[in-house]
Amino acid sequence: MSRLELATPSAAQLVVENIYKDMERRIEASPPGLCPVDMTLAFVELCHAQTCGKCVPCRVGLLQIKQMLRSVLDGTADESVIPLLEQTAAAIKDSADCAVGYEAAQRVYESLVACREDYEMHIRHHRCNCTYHQLPPCVHLCPAHVDIPGYVGLVQQGRYADAIRLIKKDNPFPTTCGFICEHPCEARCRRNLVDEPINIRGLKRVAADFAGEVPPPERAPSTGKQVAVVGGGPVGLAAAYYLQIMGHQVTVLEVQSKLGGMLRYGIPNYRLPKTELDKDIAAILATGVNVKYGVRVGEDVTLQQLRREYDAVLISIGASSGKSLGLEHDDAPGIMSAVQFLRHVCGGGTLDLTGQDVVVVGGGNVSMDAARTAIRLGARKVSAVYRRRKLDMTALPTEIEAAVAEGVELVTLSAPARLELDGEGHVAGLWVTPQMVCRINGSKVGVKSNGEPEQLIPCTTLITAIGQSIETEYFESAGIPVSHGKFMADKSGQFTGMPGIFAGGDCATGPATVIQAVAAAKVTAANIDEYLGYRHEITCDVVIPEPQLTNRFRCGRVDLAERDAFERKNDFDMIEQCMTATEACQEAGRCLRCDHFGFGLMTGGRETVW
Amino acid sequence: MVNLTIDGLAVSVPEGTTIMDAAASLGISIPKLCYLKDINEIAACRVCVVEIEGTEKLGTACNTVVKEGMAVHTNTPKVRAHRRKNVQLILSQHDCKCATCMRSLNCALQKLASDLNISEVPFSEQLELQQWDNNFPLIRDSKKCIKCMRCIQVCDKIQGVHIWDLEGTGSRSTINVTNGRTINESNCALCGQCITHCPVGALHERDDTEKVWQAIADPKKVVVAQVAPAVRAAWGEALGMDDKDATVGRILGSLKLMGVDYVFDTVFSADLTIMEEGTEFVKRYTSGDTRERPMFTSCCPGWIRFIKSEYPHLVSRLSTAKSPQQMFGAVMKTYFAQSIGVDPNDIVTISVMPCTAKKGECNMELFYKEYAGHDVDIVLTTRELARMIKTAHLNMSMVPEIEGERLMSSITGAGIIFGATGGVMEAALRSAHYLVTGRNPDADQFRAVRASSQTDGVREAEVTMGNAIVRAAVVSGLGNTRKLLDRIERGEVHYDFVEVMACPGGCSGGGGQPIHDGEELAYERGLKLYGLDSETPLRFSHENPDITLLYENYFGEPCSHTSHALLHTDHFAWDMPGKK
Repeated sequence: MSRLELATPSAAQLVVENIYKDMERRIEASPPGLCPVDMTLAFVELCHAQTCGKCVPCRVGLLQIKQMLRSVLDGTADESVIPLLEQTAAAIKDSADCAVGYEAAQRVYESLVACREDYEMHIRHHRCNCTYHQLPPCVHLCPAHVDIPGYVGLVQQGRYADAIRLIKKDNPFPTTCGFICEHPCEARCRRNLVDEPINIRGLKRVAADFAGEVPPPERAPSTGKQVAVVGGGPVGLAAAYYLQIMGHQVTVLEVQSKLGGMLRYGIPNYRLPKTELDKDIAAILATGVNVKYGVRVGEDVTLQQLRREYDAVLISIGASSGKSLGLEHDDAPGIMSAVQFLRHVCGGGTLDLTGQDVVVVGGGNVSMDAARTAIRLGARKVSAVYRRRKLDMTALPTEIEAAVAEGVELVTLSAPARLELDGEGHVAGLWVTPQMVCRINGSKVGVKSNGEPEQLIPCTTLITAIGQSIETEYFESAGIPVSHGKFMADKSGQFTGMPGIFAGGDCATGPATVIQAVAAAKVTAANIDEYLGYRHEITCDVVIPEPQLTNRFRCGRVDLAERDAFERKNDFDMIEQCMTATEACQEAGRCLRCDHFGFGLMTGGRETVW
Repeated sequence: MVNLTIDGLAVSVPEGTTIMDAAASLGISIPKLCYLKDINEIAACRVCVVEIEGTEKLGTACNTVVKEGMAVHTNTPKVRAHRRKNVQLILSQHDCKCATCMRSLNCALQKLASDLNISEVPFSEQLELQQWDNNFPLIRDSKKCIKCMRCIQVCDKIQGVHIWDLEGTGSRSTINVTNGRTINESNCALCGQCITHCPVGALHERDDTEKVWQAIADPKKVVVAQVAPAVRAAWGEALGMDDKDATVGRILGSLKLMGVDYVFDTVFSADLTIMEEGTEFVKRYTSGDTRERPMFTSCCPGWIRFIKSEYPHLVSRLSTAKSPQQMFGAVMKTYFAQSIGVDPNDIVTISVMPCTAKKGECNMELFYKEYAGHDVDIVLTTRELARMIKTAHLNMSMVPEIEGERLMSSITGAGIIFGATGGVMEAALRSAHYLVTGRNPDADQFRAVRASSQTDGVREAEVTMGNAIVRAAVVSGLGNTRKLLDRIERGEVHYDFVEVMACPGGCSGGGGQPIHDGEELAYERGLKLYGLDSETPLRFSHENPDITLLYENYFGEPCSHTSHALLHTDHFAWDMPGKK
């Protein structure tokens, strides 16, 4: 026996490591809606398997908790088990020696408090509150419930136009979403269990890029009903599309000179080229939508007039104002909101930042858009200032990475304190208070001053990207209820006591993603149709290909290539490159077709009509 | 066409064909358990697995569509081993006390285990114990449920009542009543289609045979039985009899041999129903009452439960006539009791029905003069009748064919076809024509309302009676019914008279009929009833001489005061569970 030896993992240890990795992937792909009692038991099983066995609370306590949880699930426990579970969990959480025990007990304790109804249901009625009712995970998590396995199967077969037709049943912005959707669908992709999630957005991009022009579906016979849509952003346009197909006549009232709302005036060209957005909009307008440009409701026409002239009115004005810093002089020259800044640049306005130092405040996607746009406008230095850490930023990690690659400097743990102005009152810099992270409250890490002195970040342009607000004033005066800066529409998009008026999208729910806007459009379109006395059904007759049986080997995910940062930061051309047809076929072939296999089959795997 | 080989045999089948159907076309049988064509193609049991060359994992034959060049093997060591293991796993969660199971010898799982030569289960037994009210007419035995999901699918896809659902998640997922309700709290129509589509004994009717044996054994009780029209079309199946032997006369003979005092054919009260309901219809039609919305038939208790819970605002559109079962019960406890001089309280009325909902319907109270009680005391399904006959060890070749007892023995073909979808309508139209025009139509004049196949769920007909044009519709299956009602409600269609039967194909496909796994026999059985109709000398309910006598002696005329008291009902007198 040597005095010291290098540790090498045994075969058994390697297997356990693989199990841990599989567990991570499995948790990644967890279907929503599982029984909290059952999941608590599964968690405690794992925790107990990790106990070293030294201390009583962890070694014995977790065992007893497991057995009590099992008795709850088996329906053999009576109500006395709940206080005993609580006491035991409390004892472990407060008296266990190490985190293996006390962290496990903490979760059990939280579960007992937050999920009490589930425990009681099992104990009293021997039944479970939860059911597995859901579409395939990707469809379930897509706010608009786009038939993802369906169009992935179509892309695999090269039936791109059919894929677009199928997508448009639920989302008339296939091109746009192919470029910029935040793809919540990919989060719980069951392919995680095998290797990595399907590149769903990438495949949608393929469909959109390769399909060519796809004529809109046939419209239902005209109903003679007129619908006014206030605001030609994604909600307004998507709702207009479906209402037109249903046979109603929509008139969109748009304050700007072009349609698209934030898609046009908020998202830089290098992420969503205007030419691509125009394809979606042209297809929507091809259904016969009327558009009146340069019309501001409240100035050019009143809501009352619209109510008189139209059978229904949809308010979809978005959230088009930026929030200010709330610091003294925050309206000084050189300071603007990201919304204003992007609207100007995206709208084709000129702005030269050559040689300038720019500060962008905020850690979201809009902040990254503003910072990267500033780089492209020639700024010498762009600093993205954020009060928390990089990993706390709400921007997609890929956006942050791309911004950094293009030269954006992240100034994290820095809270804006005051503004520095030059002699002419123009912004000259931002003083920030250095922060340190502290205790975590809920899911957000707390920050506080670390006691170090304030620092000045000099700048000649300061862009605030700390949220957007809704221009509610006029509508509030016209009687639309407003609360917390949003229109108080119910889940169906309607207002109590105001028949015929609907609202949807950012203006009703707060700033959200384009796919959430589309979901809101579907809801309002369906309810407007119903309100007008109809029940038109939106369907698609594309036949979905049968799944293949030979795709279970492990295979990496095809990511979209990007132009390199050094080159792309000088222009506004599209960054991301589409997959090739071969890549798309392989990537689509990785889809496990949860519409056909597993629970999807129980209910047909798809919503064929809404 | 797609070309493939199965077990080395080449076959060419249309695109979209499943491996299972392609194999069947070659005469190759692939075992299956959860599969029900068009209803449950969910590949859950993994019994129909086959090897497909080029794929490592086994594929399910029931829902895998053939591809050009596919090479399938249905009987390899891997296939046999995994099939057996999956069936053993199913058996580990199934209460295998076959000897005491109603479905013994008619159980898909039992047959499969036997076919696969499974003589032991290497796993520990894990039986689920779920609470159930065993007094409810429909019983679920969780210990036997193999979670094939057929009940959910039949109730969702065929009946559209959504009583069953998968509940809970993970290893404890199970079947239960939707929305956390108990079956008693639910809007279950009691159609029993989940029972007849259950491959095992997990769902069955409440067995009431012992109550009948006790009544027979009680010397103080006069036991009176009636047998519904549709029973004759199916009861022989359960006893392995030929159609020619399995007559209603032999059912009546069997009941007599088992000790029932008086036996009757419900066809008689079907004729009586036509007199009441037909007269009511003619009155409602001629008064303009059906101009907006139709009158609905009221014979089917599953339908009554459905309309009361799903379309309560349409309940007033139901005929007020009781069903033939209830009418017969009422007549037995009044007219017949008087004629034999027995106190109605000493009469036990039994009915043999193709139906599970009748077990619910019979709870309806009868209030008439000094007598209060139930029209019908015990309802047996066709399956229970067969079990009683087996229990009594009757030798069918020795059972005589007899007629119903005097006073109520004559029957017509119109009453016989009550057991098939369209039959009530056709019978009613035959007599309505007479009521309106004063002359009989050709007995087959209204055959347009008959179903043309097992899947033909809705029939429409415009019928001319003198100057009157009656728009009639016939629907069977509650899913079809919902669609039709919605169309009526939206004003897309208008009818004067609509017949509804809850079970697809009508009573002949009722939830109380003999079970044949994977087969739908309602249409075939209905054809038998139409055959009997055509052979019966009397084919118009109003020509039934005993009915004429009954009116002369007792009721006066259809829809008279007495008939309203005994033969009609108040559909608002009781509530479905969960009524707001």
